[in-house]
Amino acid sequence: MVMPINVNLSDLNLPLLTPMLIAISGGLGILVIDLIKSNLHKSLYVMLALMIFGADLVTVLGTAQGRGFFDLMLFDGLSIVSQILILVASMLFIPLALTSKRFHEFSYPEFFALFVFMVAGLQFMVTTDNLILIFIGIETSSLALYVLIAMHNRFYSFEAAIKYFTMGAVAAGFYAMGSAVIYASTGSVELWQISEALKLGSENSNIILITGGAVLILIAFAFKLSLFPFHTWAPDVYEGSSAPLAGYMSIVPKVAAFTVALRIFSIYIDLGLQSVQSIILILSVVTMTLANIMALVQQDVKRMLAYSSISHAGFVMAAIAIGTTKASTAIFVYYALFMFTNLGAFTMLWISRHKVKAFSDRFDHPYEKFAGMIKIVPMGAVVMALFMLSLAGVPPFSVFWGKLYIISAAVDADYIALAFIMALNSAIAAYYYLKLIVYMFLKDPIKSVDTVYYNISKPLMVVVGIAVFVTVGSVFFFDKLHTYIYTMMLAAGF
Amino acid sequence: MSNILTILVFFPALAGLLGFVIDKNSARVYGVAIATVEFILSLFLWMTFDASNPTFQFIEHFPIVKDFGISYYLGVDGISLFLVVMTTFMTLIGMISMSVKDEIKNMVITLLFLEMTMVGVFLALDAIMFYVFWELSLVPMLYIIGAWGGPLRVYASIKFFLYTFTGSLVMLVGMLIVAYSFSQATGGVWSFAITDWYALGFDMKYQIGLFLAFFIGFAIKVPMFPFHTWLPYAHGQAPTIGSVILAAVLLKMGTYGFVRFSLPMFPDASVLMILPIAIISIIMIIYTAMVAYAQEDMKQVIAYSSVSHMGIVMLGIFAMNSEGISGSVFQMLSHGIVSGALFMLVGVIYDRTHTKYMKDFGGLASIMPRYALVFGIMLMASVGLPLTIGFVGEFLVLIGFYKVSPILTILAGTSIILGAVYMLTLFKRSFFGPVTNEANKKLKDLNANELVSFIPLVAVVVWLGIYPKPVLSIIDNSVNYTLSIMEKKAMTPEAKNIIIVKNSKEAK
Repeated sequence: MVMPINVNLSDLNLPLLTPMLIAISGGLGILVIDLIKSNLHKSLYVMLALMIFGADLVTVLGTAQGRGFFDLMLFDGLSIVSQILILVASMLFIPLALTSKRFHEFSYPEFFALFVFMVAGLQFMVTTDNLILIFIGIETSSLALYVLIAMHNRFYSFEAAIKYFTMGAVAAGFYAMGSAVIYASTGSVELWQISEALKLGSENSNIILITGGAVLILIAFAFKLSLFPFHTWAPDVYEGSSAPLAGYMSIVPKVAAFTVALRIFSIYIDLGLQSVQSIILILSVVTMTLANIMALVQQDVKRMLAYSSISHAGFVMAAIAIGTTKASTAIFVYYALFMFTNLGAFTMLWISRHKVKAFSDRFDHPYEKFAGMIKIVPMGAVVMALFMLSLAGVPPFSVFWGKLYIISAAVDADYIALAFIMALNSAIAAYYYLKLIVYMFLKDPIKSVDTVYYNISKPLMVVVGIAVFVTVGSVFFFDKLHTYIYTMMLAAGF
Repeated sequence: MSNILTILVFFPALAGLLGFVIDKNSARVYGVAIATVEFILSLFLWMTFDASNPTFQFIEHFPIVKDFGISYYLGVDGISLFLVVMTTFMTLIGMISMSVKDEIKNMVITLLFLEMTMVGVFLALDAIMFYVFWELSLVPMLYIIGAWGGPLRVYASIKFFLYTFTGSLVMLVGMLIVAYSFSQATGGVWSFAITDWYALGFDMKYQIGLFLAFFIGFAIKVPMFPFHTWLPYAHGQAPTIGSVILAAVLLKMGTYGFVRFSLPMFPDASVLMILPIAIISIIMIIYTAMVAYAQEDMKQVIAYSSVSHMGIVMLGIFAMNSEGISGSVFQMLSHGIVSGALFMLVGVIYDRTHTKYMKDFGGLASIMPRYALVFGIMLMASVGLPLTIGFVGEFLVLIGFYKVSPILTILAGTSIILGAVYMLTLFKRSFFGPVTNEANKKLKDLNANELVSFIPLVAVVVWLGIYPKPVLSIIDNSVNYTLSIMEKKAMTPEAKNIIIVKNSKEAK
């Protein structure tokens, strides 16, 4: 006879669900508004989405840490930090819809509803340590993201969406298989129970099975994080999506994926499984190096930025292998700083977006487009150069502090060789960022272009302004940022 | 003014920001005005500097990133004082003599930012801060070479940037390792302050590794053979003002780094490395002098002679005694002034004729006597003629290194002979003999503007050549202090033997 389940409502700790519920009901609200009155301007939906994320963020900050909802949800420091990053990036992204030119996708309120649902999915993904709920979170967010990409309504966008969808499906398959293997070897889908089981039975359990499960899941995340050799989709997908969405994809889904990867792989690394650790290290080193080399030969700035963000992801991946608290902190410190700069850079591309490909038959943003920008729009050139220098890791701009922190974490954990590889990779990367600066500052304009600022509008300028402010002023709040994240990580036990 | 160092560092940058609103035609005067104020500030620093105190003065110290040990830490001692004065002086002179016509406003703003980074490098006592200024100095220089340079400017500027950037990233890892060791030694307290690092001892294996990591960063900047290949390109393509700043100040950052970081932090490794570094230095001195002799382009001659003179500086630093290091620091100043002046002189003739090749000249002395005189004085100073500024440093370095190895010193002494060979050849071919090129007969001699910029340089060259004591004694004081730190820290008997601290004569 099945025992009746006695659940005390207060044990469920339902307030943990509030942030996601706000997002979901907000998304539904957007759809309802559209039902009642159609043809409303996009600015309404942008503001609604901003408010939803704002409320979401406030509740995330106000919710007490703990478990809830049949222990499925885990609202710990890690999840809070990663939700903050996700929400802040989303709040930066959404005003980018307010361009001066009309774009197809933003005329549909569904775009905004889907976007909000995607964020809710990502929040679920990082707020649980249950393999199945993680899976649901991944799929919710990914499915929404595929549609968002395709809505850009260009030939390359459909290609991008389908490519991303196919790759996402493969990744989901690997993830499901990996979870199944882990379940088979440990008898649980809860990460904390898996961890216990592995600790208890690490002598007599089948090491191949345990490692195999980890490797399968690693492959799934390698797809999501675009790590070598599963990175090939990234440049095409970025190129096909609209620039801000590409920038968004280079940050937010990756932050969520890193959060989950940290949860899963820290178990193995704490266990001392050398094989898993070495695989992650090798993946990370190869990813950053190869992506850097590929970025060198790109002719399109957006593709270059795509490869660069692959390389940055590889850089950060090393932190997971290092496995100290400082390294875990470094992941989020890095992304918190990288976020503003990278989104700023993609926004600059967005501002210079043309309906027609005026400069090249193949690419939207070839380097030639930016030639002599200092003579046409000096301020724009300076801002773009700032972002490039920051991405290259030139101090005192934001990404430098992230790099410093990760390399320092590597040094502390005695990975000196890794630290040198990271440093040399930053030097290689400097070349392709410089290339854009060279085009902007040192070359003469190829055509008399008066439309580099084609797509500009006040909201976009505000977003770029925020990005510049953070990029330049990061030294002043780096102290607070890393202390906050460090305490959160320490509290969560990573 | 207890915060004079902050003012010194950030005043030019702030003025540079304000410079964006200045009208194009007034930009140059604005630049000269700001550079003058900055120079006066640095003179004021010198006047208020306590010459009897060998340690850091005017210290400003407060934390920026507490848990991570990064702080805002400025200070000046005898070694950095004159480098700062030289920097502001050369920036001012460069600004006055500047012949750039197009985009002059951008040039002035860039120069002011560059001045901030240069002064910052010499005054920063926190390793991360040092690194920030060190890296940041690349960006304005990249722009100066790339925007106003010759036909190959883009290649030259990128080469310059990538070389230095790569080297300094390796150095950054070294810095992080040192900081980590510091936190291990103190039980978790992080610090990037150089003065804290001085107290830290390393075992031999670590010292060598760290020394090499820092070495790569500094050696590329100096530039030491075989990392020097970016320099001729950078000089060859850079506009005159770029070459002046590059030769006068940016190269000194590397040698300054050796004095400030490598020696006091890793004394044993430094002593161990004396021989390899001395050999590299002598290769630099002799080989690049020969290369200089083979050049047709006047600017390239001076560029290679820079490398050769930096070899002397390196040799002096690794003499590990007060004569050698003080001589080196003095040689940094003299080379800064002399090579800066020489590049400006080549710039003068280039502006008039648009050629830098010696074959296009000849008999210039009869057409431009004042120009020939100034050129001659600077040339003699560069060769190291007694009673010029170049002699003092070079002589001290050779004396200092004689105590380490007489044979190597004799080899290094050829620098004076070889220097005379290529410099006098240059002088003979361009200035003496009949006027070979008819077009040159119409050339005008130095104008008032140029005289204003050259007369102070000549004055300094002669003044410090005859009476270097006011400068040298202050340098010597701080160098001795650095040596005493090294002596205290040295563990190996070889190191203890080689490092000689001069007993301060004042005490006796």
